[in-house]
Amino acid sequence: MAVVFQKPKSLTDAVLHYCPGCTHGIVHRLVAEAIDELGIEGRTIGVAPVGCSVMAYDYFGCDMIEAAHGRAPAVATGVKRSMPDNVVFTYQGDGDLASIGLCETVSTACRGENITIIFINNAIYGMTGGQMAPTSLIGQVTQTSPYGRDAATQGMPIRVCELLSTLEAPVYLERVAVNSVPHVRQAKKAVLKAFKNQVEGKGFSLIEVLSTCPTNWGLTPEKACQFVEEKMIPFYPLGVFKDRA
Amino acid sequence: MAEKVLMKGNEAIAEAAIRCGCRHYFGYPITPQTEIAAYMSKRMPKIGGTFLQAESEIAAINMVYGAASTGRRTMTSSSSPGISLKAEGLSYLAGADLPALIVNIQRGGPGLGGIQPSQSDYFFMTRGPGHGDFHIIVLAPATVQEMADMTRLAFELGEKYRMPAMLLADGTMGQMMEPVVLPEESVDPESIPATKPWATTGTGMKRAHNIVNSLYLKPDELEKTNIERFERYAQLEKEECRWEEYLMDDAEICVVSVGITARVSKNAIVAARKEGIKVGMIRPITLYPFPKAPLAKAAEKVKSFLTVELNMGQMNEDVKLAINCSKKVSMCNRVGGMIPSSDEVLEAIRKEAK
Amino acid sequence: MTYEVIMAGFGGQGLLFSGKVLAHAALIEGKELSWLPSYGPEMRGGTCNCSVIVSDDPVGSPIIARPNVLMVMNEPSLDKFESAVSAGGTVFVDSSLISRKVERTDIEAVYIPATQMAKEMNAVSLANMIILGAIVKKTGCVAPEVVEKSLRETISARKAALLDLNLKAVEMGIRFIEENGK
Repeated sequence: MAVVFQKPKSLTDAVLHYCPGCTHGIVHRLVAEAIDELGIEGRTIGVAPVGCSVMAYDYFGCDMIEAAHGRAPAVATGVKRSMPDNVVFTYQGDGDLASIGLCETVSTACRGENITIIFINNAIYGMTGGQMAPTSLIGQVTQTSPYGRDAATQGMPIRVCELLSTLEAPVYLERVAVNSVPHVRQAKKAVLKAFKNQVEGKGFSLIEVLSTCPTNWGLTPEKACQFVEEKMIPFYPLGVFKDRA
Repeated sequence: MAEKVLMKGNEAIAEAAIRCGCRHYFGYPITPQTEIAAYMSKRMPKIGGTFLQAESEIAAINMVYGAASTGRRTMTSSSSPGISLKAEGLSYLAGADLPALIVNIQRGGPGLGGIQPSQSDYFFMTRGPGHGDFHIIVLAPATVQEMADMTRLAFELGEKYRMPAMLLADGTMGQMMEPVVLPEESVDPESIPATKPWATTGTGMKRAHNIVNSLYLKPDELEKTNIERFERYAQLEKEECRWEEYLMDDAEICVVSVGITARVSKNAIVAARKEGIKVGMIRPITLYPFPKAPLAKAAEKVKSFLTVELNMGQMNEDVKLAINCSKKVSMCNRVGGMIPSSDEVLEAIRKEAK
Repeated sequence: MTYEVIMAGFGGQGLLFSGKVLAHAALIEGKELSWLPSYGPEMRGGTCNCSVIVSDDPVGSPIIARPNVLMVMNEPSLDKFESAVSAGGTVFVDSSLISRKVERTDIEAVYIPATQMAKEMNAVSLANMIILGAIVKKTGCVAPEVVEKSLRETISARKAALLDLNLKAVEMGIRFIEENGK
């Protein structure tokens, strides 16, 4: 019988702990496919964040490091400066990358570290049970914005790709989504390119992936994908924000 | 014999670290330790090493965490307020069992405090500088020569016991110059990661993946890692305590002091001996592990102890614990960047002799 | 013999450097020594001093409570340290910058118009080296000829062009002591 579909080689056999309908699984797969296609698993070192993907170190077959909350880009910098010929990536959520770790994110991008960052933006803190994230939308109800996010008291959501695009050093910044098949296909291209840039020594790449959190959004997986389409993409437009590659 | 050179304590640390195979330094400017960063920024590019001025102390210690994960000899340095920021990283380094060198050239606190010498981070460093149950190795040099020698020792002990190691000195030690014989360049930096099979250097598709991690969601597993770690600490306490004894043979008063105050105390002890006072000193060199045994032994014959410290009485408590409060433990201290003069220490010794 | 030298004045007068040249000279002579700077938030102006101990025996504390050699290049420093000098000690005063006299009678005072002398050789910043020359000649804490070697080995690449002027300044200090019979 012909095998028509299988797990990427650079994912381990560990069973993912993510909630049903969560798109972390898709993005893990896209990262693993990129690693497989570039044949770099043996020299890749990943850095996991604090957040829902904290246990990503169990899922990727390459060497993995678990970082403190928000510090993954600094940890990745330390790794990359020690082993410049290796491929180093971080996988971070919105609280990790855009709130507690924003300083590390901006500074690492500003230095143009030759690393790849996969940034999962699902507009909420998932692991701690659905609190407001720096990327939560105006009016979005969360555990810590029970009346909906109010710009006057809680500020406006942060657009990371746009923010980083003002810097000179980053090579490649793209925002993608994984809520539909065409979007997943585009996301795959972007993730692959972000790794390829690093392999070719081009510099800092960050892919922002609009992702879902059906559990904490209180939506079915299907409705969650619609939420991305109807609410998130209008505020977080998809596309390339910088491409010097 | 190798040549003596004149160097600041801070510079001696930096050069010694390089000679011990450290090729990755990450730091952030803060007085009075900035000479270390300045020295590294000059030297590292010339030897293919990394000097990186990080965006913060927090980022610097996490860069160290990354470089240490790959098995490299790596270090950062700071002074007291910066060490507060590094506490998170120290906890993660300890939790992931990563060796690394952290230098703390102390200044007065709390808060922004001052920039003059202090020993007020003693509790913070020796009790476990961060959240969770852990220790780091803490070494207290009192000469520029020891600044260099202990840099090597810190790397070696850290690697042997798989834990972060700290040089804890006061601002005076960092700023002063003395003749120093630097360690020989005997370590090939490239050879070090191979001695660490746990390092995340890439699987090369030849082994299962390595994971550097401090997260254990199952309580029984986390308990096990804590207990195992403390077994290592017990071994460390048993085998690696270091101290210096000075004129202790017939001493009736035992001064206990480290760093600059140990040197001031030495002058005072010489003066007191001229007056016929039988006084000596035990100078702890490892602050964690604390040399309890020699103090307990001294307690069997001396009348009293006198700690000389640049804080409100921190090591004083460790001495009391070490001797089980069996003798009086007095204190001569100055804080805020002030240093007791040898006359002040002499006066305190005279008081003990009465 | 132990020489406990404090060099004090304003930041920017090169006091830390003259201290370093003295310390390095002691190193060349194989003596025991320490060099300790004061350090403050300001880079220029403000008070500044360094303590240099040169001894035949191992140095205990690098902090000097009672200097037997004091070099002062501003009045606040003379005010601050005059009382600390040990009896029989020597104070070297830059008399171009300090108008008052040393009040104590149990210590010797050497008045050198060092800043004026330095100005005359078009190198006002070398007053410190003139006084250093005077100190080594007067006290013998290190051999004057070793200071030259120390200077050559201590001067930064950035200031290497000023080596000859520095050497000349030290020489002027030595000569000042010779000519003034002290």
